[in-house]
Amino acid sequence: MEAERGRNMKKRNKKQDQYENSSLLRETLTRMVKSPTSKVACAALCVIVICCVAAPLLTPYKPTDMDVTHMFSGPSAAHPLGTDSYGRDMLSRLLYGGRYSIALGLAAAVFGSVFGIIFGCIAGYFGGKVETVIMRLCDVWTSLPAMLLCILISAALGPGFFNTILALAIGFMPIGTRMIRGQILSERSKEYLEAAESINCSTLSIMFRHLLPNVISPIIVATTMGVGLQITMAASLSFIGLGVQPPAPEWGAMLAAGRQHMLTYPYMIIFPGLFIACTVLSVNLLGDGLRDALDPKLRS
Amino acid sequence: MKKYILNRIIWLFFTVIVTAFMIFTILYFIPGDPAAAILGANASPAEVERMRSIMGLDKSYLTQLWEFLSGIFHLQFGNSWVYADTPVISIIAERLPRTLIIGCCAMVINIIVGVSLGVIAGTHEAKWQDSLAMTIAMLFISAPDFWVALILIVIFAKNLGWLPAAGIQDGVKSYILPVITSSLGGVANNSRQTRSSILEVYREDYITTARSKGLPERKVIAKHMLPNALMPIITVVGTGFGRITAGSPVIESVFGVPGIGLYMLNAMNQRDYPAVRGCVLFLAVWTAVVMLIVDLLYGMVDPRVKVRYGGGKR
Repeated sequence: MEAERGRNMKKRNKKQDQYENSSLLRETLTRMVKSPTSKVACAALCVIVICCVAAPLLTPYKPTDMDVTHMFSGPSAAHPLGTDSYGRDMLSRLLYGGRYSIALGLAAAVFGSVFGIIFGCIAGYFGGKVETVIMRLCDVWTSLPAMLLCILISAALGPGFFNTILALAIGFMPIGTRMIRGQILSERSKEYLEAAESINCSTLSIMFRHLLPNVISPIIVATTMGVGLQITMAASLSFIGLGVQPPAPEWGAMLAAGRQHMLTYPYMIIFPGLFIACTVLSVNLLGDGLRDALDPKLRS
Repeated sequence: MKKYILNRIIWLFFTVIVTAFMIFTILYFIPGDPAAAILGANASPAEVERMRSIMGLDKSYLTQLWEFLSGIFHLQFGNSWVYADTPVISIIAERLPRTLIIGCCAMVINIIVGVSLGVIAGTHEAKWQDSLAMTIAMLFISAPDFWVALILIVIFAKNLGWLPAAGIQDGVKSYILPVITSSLGGVANNSRQTRSSILEVYREDYITTARSKGLPERKVIAKHMLPNALMPIITVVGTGFGRITAGSPVIESVFGVPGIGLYMLNAMNQRDYPAVRGCVLFLAVWTAVVMLIVDLLYGMVDPRVKVRYGGGKR
């Protein structure tokens, strides 16, 4: 009898949880759909991502196919965005390259945020000396401007896809930590935490099941905006020769390659930059929309 | 207020030491032997060993770290490994002004243009001025600065021929494009922050009071809105400066400006670590000093800080 009641209770709780979760999500989505900018940004981002993922279906050339008879041929029917100094098709390079750029930005922002959340939760929840140590470390970490830190770390780790992600994520981490900790400070004295403590919830459960969902909104927005920032930073790193290395068609690396010929063939720098700008623009607009949708108070 | 200033200066001092420690440690653990890299593939093991002792690489980590840290306070970063017998500090001293000129000019543009755009947008909420200013800001944030730099070179140097494409031989003219590109991101961030700060105070009672006193709108904005909206703007201006400094390697390499950033990148490729350490430390200290100034401004603008440190009226 007891056991059954317990089970029922659990079931009901689960249902309630689900309902509440979906309602927050649904509410956010409904608000986002109402904003035309978010809709356009979302659609644009989807188109870019789908094109990059489905690149082999969209273009007949491989990004590394060289064609010495068609070097530097401007935009034409066969090569809509022209070819580069090795006669490689720019459009297919850009589409395949988008996989690198977008994956870099997304992975760096998500990893950075996840570690930031963990440290921020620990600092905010435990307070005292733990908090002081973590926050001072953050201060020191950010005393070196992010881009400089990324340049140093990626020089230390050596160039490459995963090392670039690591360098960018390490640079992004303190932002998440600060933000989550700041949010938790205002939640720390609330009653629901006391309630959770009094029914003997474990520390981990309090931190991640009770506290985190209440403070997560700003960091979701920051991560979204972070994706845009990280795409740009990854491109800058590749541009100065520290990130993804050629012949991988990363957008920043393509700009670096196009730069040598830009005075004679400007299309070689125009298109890669446009791809970066459009992607980052849609991510940023999406982030703005998400912020307005998650927290109507912040809507200006 | 004195206590506050002292507090911040001690913190700056501490930051410099820890940053120096971080820079040294990261560079120390880069795999590969710099001596072998600088001498090239044909060097014999004996030559490499001799080079290592000249460069001080045969000493222990702690000894090297101590030498580096104690050198900082005499402004000595050792000699460059690549250009033998040239102290790193003299190269930095020669190149620093160029980086600072670009940084400071970009900062001034950030403040003037960014804040004005933000005020225009904030005081014309949901009108065309607002949309226009915010669209411009969004475009500036999203377009990578080094790409904008390349496009500007193609337009102004190649097609129009008004400005030089690279180098600093043409004096003031050669700084125009680097300054403009360095300031884009900051202008955008400042204007967005200013707009939202203005909107926050726009409907406050004291603004209504100021208007009902018959003050002209310009005075309401300058005397009542901006001072109250200033705190977050100052923060963004400060962090924006950090971004300009950190972006200097990229911008300087695009425009071929022989400043600290470009020197740092070249030194990194040549594994000239004393030079890299010196440059990164200089850029970091410079950023920290600007942040200190921002913090002090904070103290002056925000009466709460004054009260907390017991300097102001209670």
